[in-house]
Order: sequence, then structure tokens, then C-alpha cells
Amino acid sequence: MSEWILETKNLTYQYSAGTPFEKTAVEDVSIRIGKGEFIGVIGHTGSGKSTLIQLLNGLLRPTRGQVLLNGRDIWQEPKKIRAVRFQVGMVFQYPEYQLFEETVLKDLMFGPKNMGLSDEEAAARAREAAAFTGLRPELLEKSPFELSGGEKRRAAIAGVIAMDPEVLILDEPTAGLDPRGRDVLLAQITQYHKKRGNTVLLVSHSMEDIGRTAGRLLVMDHSRAAMLAPTKEVFAKGEELEKMGLRVPQITKIVQELRALGCPVDPSTLTVDDALKQLIPYFKQKLPGKEAGPHAV
Amino acid sequence: MLSDITLGQFFPRKSLMHRADPRLKICLTVFSIVLIFVAGNFWALAFSALYIGLGMVLSKIPLKMYLKSLKPILFLVAFTAVLNVFYGTGEPLWQWGFLKVTRNGLLNCAFVSIRIIVLILASSVLTFTTSPTQLTDALERLLRPLSKLRVPVHEFAMIMTIALRFVPLLLEETEKIMSAQKARGADMESGGLIQRIKALIPVLIPLFVSAFRRAYDLATAMESRCYHGGEGRTKMKVLRFCSHDYLIIGSAVLALGVFIALNLIFPPAIAG
Repeated sequence: MSEWILETKNLTYQYSAGTPFEKTAVEDVSIRIGKGEFIGVIGHTGSGKSTLIQLLNGLLRPTRGQVLLNGRDIWQEPKKIRAVRFQVGMVFQYPEYQLFEETVLKDLMFGPKNMGLSDEEAAARAREAAAFTGLRPELLEKSPFELSGGEKRRAAIAGVIAMDPEVLILDEPTAGLDPRGRDVLLAQITQYHKKRGNTVLLVSHSMEDIGRTAGRLLVMDHSRAAMLAPTKEVFAKGEELEKMGLRVPQITKIVQELRALGCPVDPSTLTVDDALKQLIPYFKQKLPGKEAGPHAV
Repeated sequence: MLSDITLGQFFPRKSLMHRADPRLKICLTVFSIVLIFVAGNFWALAFSALYIGLGMVLSKIPLKMYLKSLKPILFLVAFTAVLNVFYGTGEPLWQWGFLKVTRNGLLNCAFVSIRIIVLILASSVLTFTTSPTQLTDALERLLRPLSKLRVPVHEFAMIMTIALRFVPLLLEETEKIMSAQKARGADMESGGLIQRIKALIPVLIPLFVSAFRRAYDLATAMESRCYHGGEGRTKMKVLRFCSHDYLIIGSAVLALGVFIALNLIFPPAIAG
């Protein structure tokens, strides 16, 4: 057993390969993802993120190269590719549009039942998944089309979590949610990650979300994997990121500017809370006599 | 993949045929089809084929594409050809039981086959060089007299345009939903007929829901921009005849003259 749960070797994918409309979406990507990691995937629109994650769970078949799951090529036996999709769960962008059953519970059971589980087992998994995403039990008997936008999103995510995948891939799960909804959903995903110890890949355009949650970052640029490094290391390279059409979290930028002005803060600070912890004592000491609270900063 | 399906066979190019007014092209296609059917002898038929061939050359679209467009009707051509071969009258050249092949039958067979092939080629010139939006636009203009008879011509054209506009969107949506359900283990590739139809439910229901949502959104967007039907509505791209359109009309008149002459000079090729 290798410690890498997912590994790609020279992974390449071309749309319409062999025709004049050929377009390379993923080129020569070789990455390794460890068991239980929380990986953030960032990249400019069209950088190949979405194609890459679809290659990882076997929805797309690589033009060249391999995807290894627990050390085994997932396309070794093409007929068993469905089994891979249960192990690498995928939540697409705007997943609420995939709901179709009469009740939310039945919809959550769709994945587990496709795995061949009995009704009881599937229902148990569905309820558990609903709890993880904060879906209130009374909603389970409703039609999915009666739910609010945020609830639908939770239900759809729960539908994938219910399969209990070893790796969970989420493509912009917070897109279009209000700020509170975003925070709560992210907290639930982080909690799920901690409790289950599963591997999570989170694709997001929000550097703030990524900075708060991910241990390592995969940066995609022009179909290639430009970086795969601990979050702090990646965000320390602000200029490089900007060249790729990305940026560092706003608080990191502020902290970096403050440091340039001579303030002794850690330049790889990723969250507002961390920044406050460093800055408040500093300013208190700088401005003696005044009652300094957060409002004085 | 679903995205490989192309609706209509428009090939964007820069050619005289592409630039020509779509109304004129529709009329010309109808004109050519009439010629083909009225042609009484091989000379006249060959001439109308030549005229359509000219359109094909001017369209700057490779011959291969035109040949491809013939593929679906090859069976029809073969079927009518075989029928015609055996239904000729006169001295038999070859006979086997009640089946006989006559000179007249062979001629008939050739004539009818050429007629069908040229017919398809004529309509291909139109659909290859005219985008679907241009086509509906031109049809709307050509059918406008019908609105005097209270036929809602503008509304029909609008429905057509919207439908065409939504085809690629819905295809893309279908693909997305299929991926999402496959990611949850939906099996769409195996099983018997009933199982496969059942497997479509998780795709069709979300697709219908989203189609209705899109329709509502579009209706709201149209209403908030004060759309109220065709009355008093002007076009951004007004169809207007240019010099090359008059040139094409001139060629059509000339062709008609030659065609009538050929039809009168030479004797009819087929009886009936």
C-alpha cells in the first residue's frame, strides 16, 4: 500500500482528439495526493481544473497518461470504472440541478443504492450524510423541489457524501451562496474532513475559502500543474500567482504590505483571525495609553 | 459525445453564396426545384443541374460535404431507380419471368435518379450557406403577407429562433446532468431496453426542470425589455438587396430563358 491515495502520471487530456478541433485541456500533469489531505485546487477560468477533476474519478478517459487510485490504474478494467466513481465522489458545480427523486431521502439514497446497498443501509447512509451537511431531518421527506436554494445545495452534496467516498471532490461548492451560507457550508466540509479523515479536493475561486481550509494547494495554469505545495508556500508567491490571473487572500496581501512598512507579522498569514492575533498586541504596544481594542486597529 | 451533433449544416465561409440575401436564396432554391421537376428532357435536366452546380462551386464548400449530404437519401434513390427500371414500356432488353428491363425503363431510371440527387444538392446549397437564424429571418419576411390573414408569422419565426438557440444549451446541460448522475453511479451504458429507459429518468427530470426554469427566465428577460410581439418591431440586421443579389436574379432570369428553350427544342425523354 502506498501512502498516496491518488496519483497521476503524465496525465494528458485532449477534447476532440484526432480532429481539427483538438484542444488540450490537461497537459502532462503528474501529482500525488496523500490519504486524508485537504487539497485546494485553484486556477484561472479555463486552466483545466474541471477537466482534471473529471479525469480523477473516471468520468473522462485520459488521452495519455494514468490516474492511479491506491496505486492501481483506474482504467485497468474499463468495465469496473463505476466502482472508481464510488470511491472518488464528485460534487459538480451547481449540484442542485441533479436532484430528481420524489423525496430528498430517496435522492440521497440514489448513490448508495447504485452501489448495491440494501434500502436500510442506503437510508442509514443518507441520514448520516444529511447530518454532515446540516440538512434538518424533517426536510428529508419533502420533495427536493420544495427546498430553498441553499438546502438544495446541501442535499446534492449529501447525495455524494452518502456514498462514503475515500476521496471527495467539490467543484466550487459555495458558488452563489450568501456569505453566511458559504461560511457554514465550508465549516461543515472541514468538519466532515476531520471526522471521517477522508481526502478532500476543493476547487474554488475564493482564495479566502481556500486559505482557510486547504493544507496544500494545487495551482493549475494553462492546462499544466504549476504548483503543488503547502498553502502558505503558495500564497507567499503572490507575484507569480498574479501572473496566472490569481491572487493571494486579501488579508495576506495586507499583512505583506504591513510587513514591507516594517511591521513584524508573518507574511504567510491566511486568515483575519490570525492577523488580528499578531497585530493587536503590536499596535497596543505601539500606541501606549490608548485603550486599544480591535476597533482601534 | 452529444456535442458532436450539429443541427442544420451551416458552414461559415466567405463566398458569394454566403453573402447572398437569404430571401433570394430561398426563392432560388424553390425556383431550382421547380426547374428540376418541369424539365422534360435530359438537356433541360442537365442544364438545371449545371445551374445548381454553379451555386455549389460559388459556395466554396468542398464537394465532399455535398456528397455527404447525399448519403441519407441513397437508399431512396436506389429504391426508385429499381422500381423505374422494371416499370418501363416497350421492347424488353432483358427478361426474367415477369421482370423485364427496357430501354425506356433504363432512361426513366436514370432520369428520376438524377432528379432526386440534384434536388437534394439544391437544398444543400441553401442550408450549407445560410445560418439557421438567417433562414428563419428570411422565412419571416417572405411569409409576412400571410400575417394579413392573421397568421402569427412573427411569433412562429421567434419560436423557431428561440428553439434553435436553445438546442446547444440543452445539449450542454444534458451532458452536465449525465456526468453528475454518472458520478453517483448511474449506469447508462448497460442493461436491457427497459432498464435503459429507467436509467434516463435521473437525467430527464432535472433536464425538464431546468428547461422550464430557462423558459421562465427568458420570458422575464424578454418582458423586462418590453417585448410585445412583432408589431412595430424593427430589425438590427435589415435584409437588403445588394448589387450581387441583382446579379444573381439576372442569372436566374437568363437560366429560365435557356431552360425553356431547351425544354421546347428537344423532345420529352420520358412518357408521363
